[in-house]
Amino acid sequence: MDNKHVVIPEGNLKIKVENLNLYYGQKRVLHDISLSIPENKVTAIIGPSGCGKSSFVRILNRMNDLIPEARVEGRVLIDGENIYDRDVDLVTLRKKVGLVFQKPNPFPKSIFDNIAYGLKIGNHRSRTELEKIVEKSLRQAALWEEVKDRLTQNAFSLSGGQQQRLCIARALAVEPEIILFDEPCSAIDPIATARVEELIHQLKKDYTVVIVTHNMQQAARVSDYTAFLWLGELIEYDRTEKIFTNPANKLTEDYITGRFG
Amino acid sequence: MIRSVKKSSGNFRSQLAQFLGFLLLRIAVYSVLFILLYFFYDLGSKGYKVISWEFLSQMPRRGMTEGGILPAVIGTFLVTLITALSAVPLGMAAAIYLNEYARAGRLTRLIRLSIRNLAGVPSIVYGLFGVILFVNMLKLGTSVLSAGLTLGLLTLPWTITASEEALKSVPDAYREGALALGATRWQMVRTNVLPYAIPGMLTGAVLGLARAAGETAPIMFTGAAFFLPYIPRSFKDQFMALPYHLYIMATQHHAIDKARALAYGTALVLIIFVVVFNLGAILLRARLRNRWRH
Repeated sequence: MDNKHVVIPEGNLKIKVENLNLYYGQKRVLHDISLSIPENKVTAIIGPSGCGKSSFVRILNRMNDLIPEARVEGRVLIDGENIYDRDVDLVTLRKKVGLVFQKPNPFPKSIFDNIAYGLKIGNHRSRTELEKIVEKSLRQAALWEEVKDRLTQNAFSLSGGQQQRLCIARALAVEPEIILFDEPCSAIDPIATARVEELIHQLKKDYTVVIVTHNMQQAARVSDYTAFLWLGELIEYDRTEKIFTNPANKLTEDYITGRFG
Repeated sequence: MIRSVKKSSGNFRSQLAQFLGFLLLRIAVYSVLFILLYFFYDLGSKGYKVISWEFLSQMPRRGMTEGGILPAVIGTFLVTLITALSAVPLGMAAAIYLNEYARAGRLTRLIRLSIRNLAGVPSIVYGLFGVILFVNMLKLGTSVLSAGLTLGLLTLPWTITASEEALKSVPDAYREGALALGATRWQMVRTNVLPYAIPGMLTGAVLGLARAAGETAPIMFTGAAFFLPYIPRSFKDQFMALPYHLYIMATQHHAIDKARALAYGTALVLIIFVVVFNLGAILLRARLRNRWRH
């Protein structure tokens, strides 16, 4: 693809992806992607279905390792360290880089135990400490007021939107530095979506956020930078308002104006 | 509108086809049910007369034409215990390995294929294999231990397959969610997979045991005795078992006519044993599910 347009964001760069290729067996899913993701900003990844945006975000905490035939080439530097080096500890990496899934996936446990899950499997903490972190995480995810009286109830008793905020709180509880969102609003209703978007907006004060979305309005609303992927290639990466008002590439323009997708 | 649709001939034909289709299905279900009920009726009506506390609590007397079946009841219980202790933990562990750890590859596929095939091997083959391995090579003799372990081998493929199915039914979202929070693979299995798979795994195991408890061929050469005047005192002793006892009473006895009533009684006890086992599995699953699911 000629005429690709990729900028280097201002400020501190948290993640640097260099010449990244991803293969599933023989099939190349991501083509030679290089981009940098700024700290304490929201970066959106947009593109039509099957463009590799979910695969891309799962690269960043190595969830692709679960797929036996997946193979990664290139480097992904987080705070200057290549997470695909051989001696990288996946447990530490995944505590540092949290992931919120497309469909809310609470565990069939109580609300409290869901939030405390990541802490309990880590080092042992006292009950009071757990309670403190659970409350803090639920407050951060704007869920505390709704659930504070029923922490022992099963997480499945919550609505879909609440479940997704629970999953966000669960990711926050292990105190990550980066939070990845893989189309977090595709399975919840518009009002719940608005709340999650509001939440993402607040999170960037303390975290670096990467969000995959097929909803362009959502990218425009929540993100500072936007990357447009098309058939596994990074076509354009720039400040969000630039992408949505004056895209450099014809394909980007066609996509955001709804000519395909 | 509706009326005119109702009267069209095409609709009549499809209704007739549906009626006939369901009729066939219903006949199939009723005939299975009839066979089962008749079987229970025949067994129950001929066996209930001999069943009493004495029948269950006494030794056989007078060349097994009188007395009870106590040693066979105890023998079957002990053998099933050995089977459970050997096959259940091993089967669950193998299933956890295959489903949660093994990389999908040619070797894993080969192992799975072998397990599926083992489930279809005739039980007499297990019996002869048990003689070679446990009785002769491992020098366990014809004993409760040899027979229990042989039955353990027989149930292993069933236990593994049932446990794997139970593990597969746990959504991958629970696994991914745990890993994304920094869980190790074992932490993921222990806290977020096993609790939800255990009810299914245990049910499969109990059903496998029920089947094993009723087997005759595998214990015939590995430890079951025609008649013993005592109850086994150790796991190295020979034993009497319900299915083998029934086989003798029904076909091998020197005075078959005198033993017939006792044979029916034995069959009834064995069937009740298996039914209770299966009911136990159903109740266990229901209870564990209520505890662990929402």
